[in-house]
Amino acid sequence: MRYILKKTGVLLITLLLISLLAFLAFQIVPGDPTTKLLGSEYSPERAAALRAEMGLDRNVLVRYVDWLTGFVTGDLGVSYSYGMGVRQVMAGKGVVTAALSLMAWALVIAISIPMGITLARWQGGRLDRACVAMNQVFMAIPPFFLGILFTYLFGLVLHLFVPGGFVSPRQSVWGFLGYLVFPALAIAIPKAAMVTKLLRSSIINQMGENYVRTAYSRGNSRWGVIRGHVLRNAILPVVTFVAMTLADIVAGSIIVEQVFALPGLGRLLLASIGNRDYPVVQCIVVIIAFVVVFMNYLADVVTQTIDPRVRLA
Amino acid sequence: MKIKHNKNFTAGAIITAFMLAVILIGMVWTPYDPNAMSGAERMLAPCPSHPLGTDNFGRDILSRVVEGAGATFVIAAATVAIGLAAGLVVGGLTGYYGGWLDEVVMRFNDAVAAFPSILLALVLIALFGSGKYNIILALGLLFIPSFARVVRSEVARQKSLDYVAGARLMGAGDMRILFLHILPNIIPVLLPSVAIGFNNAVLAEASMSYLSVGVQPPDASLGRMLNEAQGYLLTAPWYALSAGVAIILLVLGFGLLSEGMGGEYGAA
Repeated sequence: MRYILKKTGVLLITLLLISLLAFLAFQIVPGDPTTKLLGSEYSPERAAALRAEMGLDRNVLVRYVDWLTGFVTGDLGVSYSYGMGVRQVMAGKGVVTAALSLMAWALVIAISIPMGITLARWQGGRLDRACVAMNQVFMAIPPFFLGILFTYLFGLVLHLFVPGGFVSPRQSVWGFLGYLVFPALAIAIPKAAMVTKLLRSSIINQMGENYVRTAYSRGNSRWGVIRGHVLRNAILPVVTFVAMTLADIVAGSIIVEQVFALPGLGRLLLASIGNRDYPVVQCIVVIIAFVVVFMNYLADVVTQTIDPRVRLA
Repeated sequence: MKIKHNKNFTAGAIITAFMLAVILIGMVWTPYDPNAMSGAERMLAPCPSHPLGTDNFGRDILSRVVEGAGATFVIAAATVAIGLAAGLVVGGLTGYYGGWLDEVVMRFNDAVAAFPSILLALVLIALFGSGKYNIILALGLLFIPSFARVVRSEVARQKSLDYVAGARLMGAGDMRILFLHILPNIIPVLLPSVAIGFNNAVLAEASMSYLSVGVQPPDASLGRMLNEAQGYLLTAPWYALSAGVAIILLVLGFGLLSEGMGGEYGAA
């Protein structure tokens, strides 16, 4: 319990720090938002009036507290380039990124856990050697290139999906999820290769322990030893790693959304960086960062729950 | 220096040596001018005079892949150099002196490391603006924490060893001990990290250029080429394939090298 409390404290401080840094970063950017907003109607008096209206003439810290209060209560500010609330701009985009990331994450787990166990079970066999070599290559493929390969192979040659097409979840949930399968696979496969490799070597490392010899001596088969004894020890480092891959998966989805032209937060983020629309960039960055930090926190808590030996370092 | 002479190291060394040789030759000679356009030779399939075909402007893809791999490699090297230099100073000082500063810097490092690196790079690009040099700066800054962490833990371990006490008895100052005595001893531990750093830098540069915030046209870059090639997938699939395979070879080579030296490829 003390562990969880302390971790929660650290989590809150980290979240505050991230939001403060993200806010300050976009305050020191050269260039004044009023220049862009006013465009050709720019005059010093109008700019000053607009600055006062937007509250830009106040102290930075006051504005930070204001922004944070708004952020927490759901008022995300106003976009520079779309002329509407950041919330309206982001509507529907978060669902795409979240669904894509979660699907990729589920695929990583669904592919790598059975694979890792199977390879360790038949360690040194033909399947194992072939897969270990292939793993190395898959780990080196950037997700966006895999996405391009999928577009070519499954989209253009096999016509399994229409490249650049998209079904909104409002029209059809299944159609929407169907469109995410290939992007999710593109993100998941390189990560799944890493997790497979980690789980395989984690199991193989455990196989030399004394308790394994004891389990064998009681007449267990290799499969029985792995399933009944080794797995619960070997899975611990994998749980931590799988939780940490979520950060990479979200980052991967920013790029892969671009490959498949999916209207998610990643595409909005890139468009907003191009437009210098800082309120939108700031919001997306803080939201993604919060999710990632929160997932890492959950991973710590879960690891501690399944293995009470892990204590505060 | 202990290198596990295994298949990983050998394979990595061969792939990396091959890519480096291609890049070095490409710096003095390419079959065609990488930026020379030719209206009559647009979208040629691979053939004897253009082994990897030509792109939508009739430029020779082999020449562009070689030049692009060179650009990617130079950016990755500059990035790793910035990260390593700053990481040595930060990690060296915090590891050597310890104390509250160490605590603060390492907490900050942890926070940065937990972040998706592409997201941080994009934030820095949003602040600095896009372009080749800004990419180097942004990625270099991002790489400092991972190097600082490795250097710090190794310096902290080494500083209690006898040879450091010996140097101190001989009257050496802190800076002399840190940079002339300890530093050479941590190089073997650093090498796998440098290889992993290269691996990540190549991937990051390719991603950034693919997203059009890195190297700007008409300069060739592997990520940039993939971006352009995507529009011609149906008519010229060899275009995307050539650039993509070059990225994979660079990443795979460095990844295998680091693993052969005892690093954890993929864990960073």
